[in-house]
Amino acid sequence: MKNALVNLVNISKSFDNQMVLDDLNLYIRENEFLTLLGPSGCGKTTTLRILGGFETPDKGQVIFEGRDITNLPPNKRNLNTVFQKYALFPHMTIAENIAFGLKISGKSKSYINDKIKYALKLVNLDGFENRMPDSLSGGQQQRIAIARAIVNEPKLLLLDEPLGALDLKLRQDMQYELIRLKNELGITFIYVTHDQEEALTMSDTIVVMNQGYIQQIGTPESIYNEPENAFVADFIGDSNIIGATMIRDRLVEILGARFDCVDTGFGENKPVDVVIRPEDVELVAPEEGIIQGTLTHSIFKGVHYEMEVMANGFEWLVQSTKMVPVGTKVGIKVDPFNIQIMKKPESEDEEAIGVNE
Amino acid sequence: MNKKLLSLPFIFWSAMFVIVPLCMVFYYGLTDKSGAFTLDNILAIATAEHSKALWEALKLSVISTVICLLLAYPLAMILCNMNVNQNSFLVLIFILPMWMNFLLRTLAWQTLLEKTGVINSILSTLHLPALNIINTPSAIVLGMVYNFLPFMVLPLYNVLVKIDKSVINAAYDLGANGVQTFVRIIFPLSLPGMFSGITMVFVPSLTTFVISKILGGSKILLIGNVIEQEFTQTGNWNLGSGLSIVLMLFIIFNMVISVITDKEGEANTL
Repeated sequence: MKNALVNLVNISKSFDNQMVLDDLNLYIRENEFLTLLGPSGCGKTTTLRILGGFETPDKGQVIFEGRDITNLPPNKRNLNTVFQKYALFPHMTIAENIAFGLKISGKSKSYINDKIKYALKLVNLDGFENRMPDSLSGGQQQRIAIARAIVNEPKLLLLDEPLGALDLKLRQDMQYELIRLKNELGITFIYVTHDQEEALTMSDTIVVMNQGYIQQIGTPESIYNEPENAFVADFIGDSNIIGATMIRDRLVEILGARFDCVDTGFGENKPVDVVIRPEDVELVAPEEGIIQGTLTHSIFKGVHYEMEVMANGFEWLVQSTKMVPVGTKVGIKVDPFNIQIMKKPESEDEEAIGVNE
Repeated sequence: MNKKLLSLPFIFWSAMFVIVPLCMVFYYGLTDKSGAFTLDNILAIATAEHSKALWEALKLSVISTVICLLLAYPLAMILCNMNVNQNSFLVLIFILPMWMNFLLRTLAWQTLLEKTGVINSILSTLHLPALNIINTPSAIVLGMVYNFLPFMVLPLYNVLVKIDKSVINAAYDLGANGVQTFVRIIFPLSLPGMFSGITMVFVPSLTTFVISKILGGSKILLIGNVIEQEFTQTGNWNLGSGLSIVLMLFIIFNMVISVITDKEGEANTL
């Protein structure tokens, strides 16, 4: 692959006969912020641990800068990991923690001191040199963990759900911080999370995984707007996923009503899944809608109202800034661009494998 | 209020069997037979006979503590790296002898080590030279190590098992090899357990008189034996108490070090 920093080739891994990764192929470009996203047990952390050298794949190769590093121990790899639970050395000061990797590689004292200063500035914790890790808050500890990793100037930084233990506000701040760091340092980031919002906010590329298979690889926009299967649609954000029939190109029958759409190439009269995001469902007067229904629930969520409309036997999830009282008869309209057609999986196995590219 | 009441039996127990005897030891130690204040009983440690016994006891207990440490550390590390099932089986094997009486275990070693004992019978059948360590310091050290080894393993195991795996992984990740990770991370983090283990082996070894009596054949006098004799044979409670106070100073010194290094009480699970 052109300018690929890391190449995972045919990686398989199982624990106690349980397949965790099955023939995974993935390449990561230089200076990319790539997120492995999926529910727990999808193989994302195992993938990261294989990259870090903490697991050896049963089959396949890890190619890093054109070199096979599959069997190289973690201490011989030019990459660093930020662990989920920070993993700071509790018996060392912050400065000693940051200096650890540099001391091991035999850097000079003045170089190390400069680096400590620089790294603490970078994570906005100047003056913390002599503090002990347990006197720091979770967010501060995590920033030290990041500082400790980046002073070694790795080509690749692996982050294993580093914000998982932080509260919402801090998590959002740290997301911006991470994007800034990545841009300032020019290091490739591989980030593991189960939080779709985090993935959408920070990534250049998102890899959605499920049951050891890659479901979809793409930019945040394409993952959100054009999910390739029901799993991706369901996992990323709220969505209405409805079984439907593709009448012909650009025309789909949903719950007995015909909607114009923009997708082609699914054949004629073929069963498909459609996904419509709740914010794309327009509520109009009954006679203007393509189908009609009754509003059953309405909850105020801050930015918008979240409502449910019972129409043609399906509970439509609708998000709108305009409040509609419960019990109102409404019509439902969807812009053709906002109807995403997906191929229906024909078996459970196929559903798991998804669209393995 | 009720909770305070619940502690009454314990307070009574401590007062009767710890505080009162301790006061009595101090009273006897600091007075002569007529009841007048004197430091003679404490200064008696300086006599050749007593200081030799104290020196001998210090030497043997330091040796057994070091041997225990060298045996226990690898064992504790192996226990930590095992899965729970194997681990509890190994701990069981290890703890099993501890359910038997301390005296019985020591007497068993006497039978094993005797000139015509089990070990020497086996050795002579195999035409190997006999093992003549009974009634020597080596036999006493063996007895101390055998009896006190578990007290070294358990606190070490307790601290080692609590070291977060990701901290060790982080050290590898930052470029440290196995030796560097041990020296810079695992060993320093295990210090509280190590000091706690040292105390728990060193203190009973220093004060023992049973092991030295049974396996040393009354030929080797440790300070514990001297104190015991003052109480049970000579009947000089004042001198016995005075020497006990001196011995206590060594124990307190050791405990203080242990407490200082284990601020979080990580190893204090025994």
